[in-house]
Amino acid sequence: MLELIKNTKIDFMGKKKIAFIFSGIISIIGIIAIIQIANGKANLGIDFAGGTSIQLKFEKPVVLHDVRKALEEGGLKDFDLQNMPTVNKILIRVKKTEQKLGQTSSEVTEILSQKFSGNKYVVDSTTEIGPKVGGKLRADAAMAIGVAVLGILIYVAFRFKFNFGVGATIATFHDVLAVLGVFYLMGHEINLILVTALLTIAGYSLTDTVVVFDRIRENMKIRHKEPLESIMNASINEVLSRTIVTSLTVLLTSVALFFFGGEVIHDFSLAMIMGVVIGTYSSIFIASPTVLLWGRKKTFARRP
Amino acid sequence: MKKRIQWRFILIGATLMLAAVFFLPNTPFFKAMPEWWTKNMPDKGITLGLDLQGGIHLVFEVEGEKAVEITTERIAQSLKDIISKKKLNAEITSKGLLITVAPSSMEIRKAIEDNYPVLTPVETGTNIVYTISDKEAKRIKDNAADQALETIRNRIDQFGVAEPTIHRQGTNEIVVQLPGIKDPKRAIEIIGKTAQLEFKIVDDASPVAAEIPATVAPGEEETILKKFAGKIPSEDEILFEKKVNRETGVVRKIPILVKKQAALTGDLLKEAKVSLDSSRTGFPHVSIAFNDAGAKLFDEVTAANVKKRLAIVLDNTIYSAPEIKERISGGNAQISGSFSMEEAKDLAIVLKAGALPAPVKMLQNITVGPSLGTDSIEAGKMAGIIGTVLVVVFMIVYYRLSGVIADFALVLNIILLLGAMASLNATLTMPGIAGIILAIGMAVDSNVLMFERIRDELRAGKTPRAAVDSGYNKAFWTIFDSHVTTLITAAVLFQFGTGPIKGFAVTLSLGVSINLFTALVGTKTVFDLILSRRDVRKLSI
Repeated sequence: MLELIKNTKIDFMGKKKIAFIFSGIISIIGIIAIIQIANGKANLGIDFAGGTSIQLKFEKPVVLHDVRKALEEGGLKDFDLQNMPTVNKILIRVKKTEQKLGQTSSEVTEILSQKFSGNKYVVDSTTEIGPKVGGKLRADAAMAIGVAVLGILIYVAFRFKFNFGVGATIATFHDVLAVLGVFYLMGHEINLILVTALLTIAGYSLTDTVVVFDRIRENMKIRHKEPLESIMNASINEVLSRTIVTSLTVLLTSVALFFFGGEVIHDFSLAMIMGVVIGTYSSIFIASPTVLLWGRKKTFARRP
Repeated sequence: MKKRIQWRFILIGATLMLAAVFFLPNTPFFKAMPEWWTKNMPDKGITLGLDLQGGIHLVFEVEGEKAVEITTERIAQSLKDIISKKKLNAEITSKGLLITVAPSSMEIRKAIEDNYPVLTPVETGTNIVYTISDKEAKRIKDNAADQALETIRNRIDQFGVAEPTIHRQGTNEIVVQLPGIKDPKRAIEIIGKTAQLEFKIVDDASPVAAEIPATVAPGEEETILKKFAGKIPSEDEILFEKKVNRETGVVRKIPILVKKQAALTGDLLKEAKVSLDSSRTGFPHVSIAFNDAGAKLFDEVTAANVKKRLAIVLDNTIYSAPEIKERISGGNAQISGSFSMEEAKDLAIVLKAGALPAPVKMLQNITVGPSLGTDSIEAGKMAGIIGTVLVVVFMIVYYRLSGVIADFALVLNIILLLGAMASLNATLTMPGIAGIILAIGMAVDSNVLMFERIRDELRAGKTPRAAVDSGYNKAFWTIFDSHVTTLITAAVLFQFGTGPIKGFAVTLSLGVSINLFTALVGTKTVFDLILSRRDVRKLSI
């Protein structure tokens, strides 16, 4: 038998103070991110903020600086550029303007056709979102996150006792906040595809938590004289290797997506990688200690 | 015991066959199949989303309010006729959604309200102000959205796009999806043009006409309009003709004073086509033919206005304003301007398909070029293959023979997932590909949980046979719970997500659901087979 981890006896519960402090900090960053998003101060993707984004693929390499200069001379305002030098691609994002939809993109392509007449390009993609749609997508995304979290809370509370439900939900929320917070700190775009990743993380990070909770429930029946804290510790140690292996397989596919999946889902895979790692951490260090904080032993354990 | 294992293999084989049949249309083999197959068996397969095959996704808003305004103005015009026919004395003006009648009397009110019961007074006194009732306004808006949908469908049909999707969304939005389109900008222009064609008599006789400058630079239109706002007669308006100097490319705008009321409109058109008049200019123009009613009206209008100029106005821009040299019978006319061939063709399309009942505003435009789609598919394949290989190798290294069994279930999972998607004729998007790849990683999780359980049982000293059975039983609810939570979020994503994300929700939820089958039935069957053959003392796990 090849085993990653053998007969560990780590005192996970004893480390709950440090874990709570660490998780508290990243959760606060996540909450700050949400507040900033609500105030429109974060780097919102154009699907949420409205505006235009154009991705161009040039025949020959282009210098970002030249494109910036050309667009500035052409009178384009309030835009930022992103370079994908290996594939000669450039992403131009223009914040929302008073202009009619469609005008900004034709302006950009006209300017660049003129200034880069020696270097032909094709338009890979154009996305134009009016302010009304942006607002609707924002509301939809917020609604989706709310409904998903509520759904998970109800399901876990139905399958386990209430305080386990609380523990699982807090751990899940923590994972989502952490990833969002890191994306915010890194200045990455907050867009629909990130929200998709966050919801997927929410659904997936529960897997590990459920594995741990199941084992705690089981051990509570066999070792009912022991204090809950030591049961929890033993249970986490017992399932530690499978918690890590299950995460590892999803991590492998997420890493493959990150490196080979192309630019469209680059940020999505990055979020998944972070989510899987943080989800594993929280199912070990956060979920069970939270249950412990919440209530006493006799209220636990319901077996299907 | 042996028989039950056999049956389960048959079940697995049958589902595999079914998946293959559904997925066949996505492979080159489908073309090689005999005719009875292609005719009777599933032929749709998985469709590629717009983000993978390239194309445009547009959302337009029909400005229904404008349709109500147009109706209001039309009613005001006809009220003027009614009032003058009845020899009543009242001035009727319309502005936006309001019609003002000054002064008002019982008799006038009766005449108006008998003819137009949809008008409701909002202000009464010496003057009376009417507006169209809320119910009627709602009907007009609804109607406008329906008509706009129909018109846009006509235009796209004539433009020629394979498999367009056009439908209404909400109360006043129209969604247009055109896969694989080569010239998105042109398509957007054709769809979004109101194409309200009007013929208006030029009022050169008015003394104001002489004061208006001959040409202005583009951008100065507003100043001209402001300057003459109070001066021009109330039944007139200033519109602009765009003139492009063919040598220098310099654009000038010519302000022209025309009658507000159109002498003739485009809804009386029967035909519009591009013709090339090589003898004169060599530039294309659009020939139009009126229907019978239109021809008669055109005949009358031209007869009554000989020597005057007739402005051809499309969406409030004058294309040309030629002089009516003589009465024109037969109902044929042409619109010339400095068109390119393409512009002339597009103009003919929109004129033939008819005007939109109200202007439309583009709310959203997502255009994906064909090359990005191809790149994405390639990247997706690459990531899928590498992800699968990593997982497959890991499982074999870590779980040995049992890992091979898990990998067998994984392959089963992928095939069944593709088959299920094909049977639902689902749309595959780039996030959808990511969903499949993630599902691959999650699929082996079920086996990991079982294998670890079996290891637990083996450590507790159970025989392989007993360890496998109790391992499966004990791991079942854990696996079930973790799948359900993923399904909850996938369902939410499906409900709230846009096109590409819906695709993700579909692949992820199908992948996870099928996994319950492949992990519980698939691998268990193989284990049972191995354990039934001989007395197994040691399990490779």
